[in-house]
Amino acid sequence: MKYKTIIGLEIHAQLMTKSKMFCSCSSISSFNKPNTNICPICTGQPGVLPMLNEKAVELAVKASLALNCRINRFSSFDRKNYFYPDLPKGYQITQFFSPIAENGYAIINTGDRKKRIGIKRIHMEEDAGKMNHDYHGNVSDSKSRIDYNRSGMPLIEIVTEPDIDSPEEAYLFMETVRNILKYIKVCSGDLEKGALRCDANISLRHCESSEKTGRVEVKNVNSFRFVQKALEYEEERLKKLFLNGGHIFNETRGWNMELKSTFPLRKKESENDYRYFPEPDLPNVFVDEEYVEKIAMSMEELPESKLERFMYSYNMSYLDAKTYIEFPELADFFEECASKSGSFKAINNWILGEIQRYLKDSNKNLTDTSFSAVKLIQLIDKINTGIISNNIGKKILPELFVSDKSVSEIIAENKMEQITDEALLEKIFEAIIEENPEKYESYRYGKKGLLKFFIGELMKKTKGQSDPKIVREIVYRRLEEICESGK
Amino acid sequence: MIVYFAVLGVVFLELWMYTAEELSQLIKEKRIDQKKVIETYLKRIKMYDDTIRSFVQIKEDYKIQDGDFSENSFPVPFSLKDNIMALGFRTTCASKALWNYQATYDSTVNGKLKNADAILIGKNNMDEFAMGSSTENSAFFPTKNPWDFQRIPGGSSGGSAAAVAAGLIPFSLGSDTGGSVRLPASFCGVVGFKPTYGLVSRYGLVAFSSSMDQIGPICRSVRDAALITEKICGFDGYDSTCVKKRTSLISGIERNTKPLKCAVIKEYLDNTDHDIKSLFDDNLKLLKWAGIEFDTVSFEKHDSVLPVYHIISNSEASSNLARYDGVKYGLRIEENSIERMNMSSRNKGFGEEVKKRIISGVFSTSMTNYREYYLNAEKMRQKINIQLNEILKEYDVIISPTSPQKQYKMGETTDPMKYYLLDNHTVIANLCGFPAISIPMGFTGDLPQGLQIIGRKFEDSLVLNVARTVEKKIGVFEDGIYPFPHLEASVK
Repeated sequence: MKYKTIIGLEIHAQLMTKSKMFCSCSSISSFNKPNTNICPICTGQPGVLPMLNEKAVELAVKASLALNCRINRFSSFDRKNYFYPDLPKGYQITQFFSPIAENGYAIINTGDRKKRIGIKRIHMEEDAGKMNHDYHGNVSDSKSRIDYNRSGMPLIEIVTEPDIDSPEEAYLFMETVRNILKYIKVCSGDLEKGALRCDANISLRHCESSEKTGRVEVKNVNSFRFVQKALEYEEERLKKLFLNGGHIFNETRGWNMELKSTFPLRKKESENDYRYFPEPDLPNVFVDEEYVEKIAMSMEELPESKLERFMYSYNMSYLDAKTYIEFPELADFFEECASKSGSFKAINNWILGEIQRYLKDSNKNLTDTSFSAVKLIQLIDKINTGIISNNIGKKILPELFVSDKSVSEIIAENKMEQITDEALLEKIFEAIIEENPEKYESYRYGKKGLLKFFIGELMKKTKGQSDPKIVREIVYRRLEEICESGK
Repeated sequence: MIVYFAVLGVVFLELWMYTAEELSQLIKEKRIDQKKVIETYLKRIKMYDDTIRSFVQIKEDYKIQDGDFSENSFPVPFSLKDNIMALGFRTTCASKALWNYQATYDSTVNGKLKNADAILIGKNNMDEFAMGSSTENSAFFPTKNPWDFQRIPGGSSGGSAAAVAAGLIPFSLGSDTGGSVRLPASFCGVVGFKPTYGLVSRYGLVAFSSSMDQIGPICRSVRDAALITEKICGFDGYDSTCVKKRTSLISGIERNTKPLKCAVIKEYLDNTDHDIKSLFDDNLKLLKWAGIEFDTVSFEKHDSVLPVYHIISNSEASSNLARYDGVKYGLRIEENSIERMNMSSRNKGFGEEVKKRIISGVFSTSMTNYREYYLNAEKMRQKINIQLNEILKEYDVIISPTSPQKQYKMGETTDPMKYYLLDNHTVIANLCGFPAISIPMGFTGDLPQGLQIIGRKFEDSLVLNVARTVEKKIGVFEDGIYPFPHLEASVK
């Protein structure tokens, strides 16, 4: 018996607006103290009304464009009614009957081929609060607390077609969407802060009879890798169940990280009745072509096309280009530098080498430092023209991040100009020979390996400020001359 | 205005008999003291409200502003129906579910009146969550009709109407979802105006049926209704159904209306109590002499109006009232699971009428019934809207008695279908968002009855203009005031 795995995903992405979906509370999710980012509206006080955040619509349209969706000129909000303590109004405002966008897709790269995953719809909705349970062994001592800081946060939900054939593909799709949303600055993509969450549906289909099993929904999994793991686990479980003739019910399952297995959350034999009906407090959302056009024009380049552009325009390796896709800040910096200088290779080496390392070690963003494209170009110029060595360049880099001085100023202050005066270098070399007569004798008797020793000494004496190429040349030439002259 | 005050000069009026407009003028001109006005009303509330029971909260430690009033000031005392938020007061909606709810913010209307130096001194009784037409559904106590203590004041803004009628407050703001401002105004012999849907912000009005709720004034003259509405209307960043529109209501109110064409809906008169009908006919005659034209027209969809109204309002209410779950505020009955706590709190918190409507609304919006009930009702609402707009294309306004029936005795009506009929003539304005006003048109026996004028959407000024014209022409507005009930005789 052969089965095909069918997976569909629902991705919730928090929109990077300044305020919440329907009120003016901040939408920055880093309020650690519970219930400090709330107001009458997002806590569902009697008599409040929602006011739609227009920025949220703009970002939803942006995401819809990036995910190749058809944007509906008219969309509207509906109420999804259910009781849960973290849902202050007793209903969630969402888009059920007419979502903002439909019929899109995203292309995933499975290594050997590209695959198109259909997107059924994208809709806007508000987030619920968070429940925290203090469980003390028995029910009567236990307490549940609700934090409404997250209540009313603006979300889009991206619902795929059941086009995904494997947990691996599911992971690739989630990563692709995450990169896109991060790229166009619609969502921070920060999984730890819950800015991106994914529920996955999995079922099996018999290849010959097309018979389908029930659908299992895996919920509340907090990383994409774990979604993949949970799906892999489910795929195996369902296959075994099916082969043994068991019946697969619709159900919702959670993921246990320690046991690396899923566990049942609730059976879903009959679907919940959310009693959807149009939200009377909000007018329809009208998005005209001009508006969409404007957003499309102002939109950031998508990762896929940027990757290709970086590889071809800057003659970059796939891996380097990919790094830039992951770190848009570095990519912007690269392009700024590239617009000022044609030394793409050097710029690339510096950014992905020393600069990235410095930022990582100091846990800083490039924009938080005093470093600039001008400084990097100056630095590269100084090296290219031989004024300083590459090593000196690396040495002064940290200072460039913290000081406002120009590269030349720093070099001058520290007397770091490269010693290119060959007469001076030769003089120093003479001194080294006088200090190390026995080494010199050994060289003369054929121990040519000592060449490195003399180069090293000369570099040391000049504090690394000499051009290694010239040093090597001088040392070699002088030693050979001395040997030949038979002194 | 000048003519008006000349009339006042002849009749001896006590302070509490003045309209809000007159009081505001007198206070602003420093001819009477604002504090004295407020004290007068508070004294009357103390004297009569133990009997009438129109207030659920009174604030005697009000704060008045020192110094001069601006041109836009309206420094009169007023009250709010207890489903409108005001900081410093509880907002109970006359429900156990919110018995202890202290307002956490100000409604837009209260904010606007506060800015105009008006002084809020109390909150009025109502049918629980505005569901009802008699104010018998208050979880606290029923309010009595000041004209006959045995009878209902109408509802759901019965407390507001009874208080204004008894001279306990110059004006009050009510809410009108199916006639809740106009019906009690009619039953208590005062003026009640429901503006066009979207003219007045609903922010801070506890929602019953979001697509129909509208705040409106209950007061003692059409001029007051225009003035007060002008004070509270206007675009609001907190209500997206509130429109951006400049509204001038008082400036043209006295102008002579061009020859008016009014439609009288035949089916409504067929359904109206005999005494009310003959009073209405008498008034029509009076208005005909004054040159106003009337035609009887047929409104075929009239049978669908109440079912459509109930399906839509109950559906919206079932969702709007979901937030009273005992979690965040209001009544909580402790249980050992969240689900049971929710259920017990709601079961104890809501009264019978509210539960009935929530259940009906849940039914109409549930997956299996949604198309047949909610969606069909919305479609029918569209058809009703089209038909009434057809009538209003040909006629300036639609005129009818406000209520098809007289004031019931308290507890008399046990048949809900009969009870719901009280809204029969008023709900069309809510279904279609039309402006509508009820003004007193005389008495059947000792009981005042109201006349309703409905106009086109956003033609509030025309409706008020017509109402003012009618007010001047019909008999009850003698000496420039509507009569007061004789409370001194009835209350010891």
